[in-house]
Amino acid sequence: MIPSLSPNPIDDVRRLFTYPFMVNALAAGTIVAILAGVVGWYVVLRRQAFASHTLSVMAFPGAAGAALAGLPTALGYYVACTAAALAIGRAGRSPGAAAGRRGQVGESAVIGTVQTVGLAAGFLFLSLNHSVLGGPETLLFGTFLGITSGQVLVLLAVALAALVALTALARPLLFSSIDPEVARAGGVPVARLDALFLIVLGLAIAATSQLTGALLVFALLIAPPAAAHQITLRPLAGLLLSVALALLTIWLALAIAYYSIYPVGFYVTTIGFVLYVLARAAGRIRRR
Amino acid sequence: MTNAAVSTGSDTSAVVLDGVTVRIAGHRILSDVSLTIRNGEFVAVLGPNGAGKSTLMKAILGLVPLAGGSVDVLGRSPQQARPHIGYLPQRQSFDPATRVRGVDLVALGLNGSRWGVPLPLTAGARRRRREERARVAEVIELVGASAYAGRAIGELSGGEQQRLLIAAALVRGPRLLILDEPLDSLDLPNQASVAGLIRRIATTEGVAVLLVAHDVNPLAAYLDRVVYLARGRALCGEVEDVISAPTLTDLYGTPVEVLRTSDGRLVVVGLPEAPHHHGHRHG
Repeated sequence: MIPSLSPNPIDDVRRLFTYPFMVNALAAGTIVAILAGVVGWYVVLRRQAFASHTLSVMAFPGAAGAALAGLPTALGYYVACTAAALAIGRAGRSPGAAAGRRGQVGESAVIGTVQTVGLAAGFLFLSLNHSVLGGPETLLFGTFLGITSGQVLVLLAVALAALVALTALARPLLFSSIDPEVARAGGVPVARLDALFLIVLGLAIAATSQLTGALLVFALLIAPPAAAHQITLRPLAGLLLSVALALLTIWLALAIAYYSIYPVGFYVTTIGFVLYVLARAAGRIRRR
Repeated sequence: MTNAAVSTGSDTSAVVLDGVTVRIAGHRILSDVSLTIRNGEFVAVLGPNGAGKSTLMKAILGLVPLAGGSVDVLGRSPQQARPHIGYLPQRQSFDPATRVRGVDLVALGLNGSRWGVPLPLTAGARRRRREERARVAEVIELVGASAYAGRAIGELSGGEQQRLLIAAALVRGPRLLILDEPLDSLDLPNQASVAGLIRRIATTEGVAVLLVAHDVNPLAAYLDRVVYLARGRALCGEVEDVISAPTLTDLYGTPVEVLRTSDGRLVVVGLPEAPHHHGHRHG
C-alpha cells in the first residue's frame, strides 16, 4: 500500500522514520551520498566517467552472479566492482591521464569490450535464476526496499575506509589528476595513485549500486559532483558542495519514492539531472 | 672563465655533463655529450626532432639510466638535486573543461606531493599556511599572472597557462629550471614575452634555465648560450658561433647552410629531414 501525504508536512517527514526498512534506506542513502559526492568530484576532475560507467556495468553481473550462487547481492557488487577496477588498472598500466592520447585509446577499447561481456553475463545469470526480487529491473535501476542493517554497517565500514584513504591521498591525488607529468617529476607515485583511485571508485560504485541499481549510479556519482564543479573552482568547497548536493538528491528521492508508486532510481536521476542543469545555467550566467 | 670561478668548482655550475651516453631500447640516443651550464645562465636546447632533446633533459633529471658518463646537478646527483629542480614537461594545453583555478595549480607545485590534509589547528600550521599562500602569490606576481590566477585554467589562453605553469615550477625556489618546449603552443608575440619573462627570472632569481625549443629566433635576444643536438651529439656555445654553416655542417655530417633574413632571423637550410628548421614553424 502506498502511504498518502497528510496536510502536515512535518508529520510526513516524521512518518519516513517510523519503519525500520525506511530508516535503513535513509542511513544507506546518507552514507552512499557522502562517499559518491567525494569520489565523484575526483572522477569529474579526472574525466573518468567512462571508466566509472564500466565499473557500474560490472556491478550487474556481480550481483546477478552472487544471487545465482546463493550469496548476498551486496557481496557480488563489491567483488565485481573491485575486480573490474583491478583489471582496468592493469590494462591501462600507463593510464590515460598519464600517457596522453595513446593510453586513452587503449583504455577505451579495453573498457568497451569488457562492458559488453559483463552485461551479457549478467543477463545469463539472471535467466538461469529467477530468485532475485524484482529481477533485472532491481539490479539495473535500483530499489530502497529490503536494505538490511547488516548491509548498512558494511556500507559504513567501506565508506569510512574509502574516505580515510582519500583524505590521506588528497593532495597528491589532486596533483596527479590535474597535471600527472609534473606530479610524477615531483616524486608523486602517479601510476600507483591511479590504480588505488580505481579501487576506491569500484567500492564507491558497489556501494551506490545497492540503492540506485547498476545503471543509475551516475545520478549520485557524476551529476552532483559535476554540478559542484560548475559552481565553484575551489577544491575543498567543491568537495563539500558535491556531498551536499548528493545528500539533497538522495534524501529528496527517498522521501518522494516513499509516497509514490514509482521506483527510487527515477527520482534520484531526475533530481540529479535538474541540479546539474541548474548549476550549468548558473555558471554560464555568472561567467557572462 | 676566471681562476676564482674554477676553484669554487660546482658552486658556479648548475649542470655538468661528462661524456654522457644514453641508450633506449638498444638505440643510442645521446653519445658522449659533455657540457656545463653555469648558475643563472639561460640556455636554449635546439635540434631536429628525435635528436634527443627531451632525453637530455630526462638525463639531467635522473629519469633515464645512463649507459656511460656522469651527470652532476648543483654539485650532487640528479636524484639528490631533484627538490631544487623546477621541471615543466612537454605538453598539450589543459582541457577546456578543467575547472580548477590557476592559483591551486601553483599551490600544488609547493605542497602537491605531501600526504594527508593540513588542518590549521595549531599556530604553527596556520603560520605555515600563511607562508605558503604568500609564496604562491609572490611567484604568480613574478610571472605577471595575478590578474587571471583566480580563473579556471582550462579557460585561459596558451600564454596565460604557460605563465602559471612556470610559476608552479618556480614556487619551491629551484636553482635549476628545465622547460621542455614551453613556447611551442604560443603565437609569436607570446613567445617573445614568455622568453623575456624567463630571461628576467634567470637574472633576478639566479636560476639556471634550460629551455628546449624548436626555433631559436624568438629566443635569440634573451639567451646566454645554446646547446645544439644532432645525431646524438651536442655542441654548446654562443648563438652566432653554434648556428653557423661550418659548425652545423660538421655536427650533421652533411652540408648545411645558415641564412640570415633581412629582419635578422636565422634560417638553417639543407637539413635532410626538416628543411626550414629554424624558420617560422607552420602548423
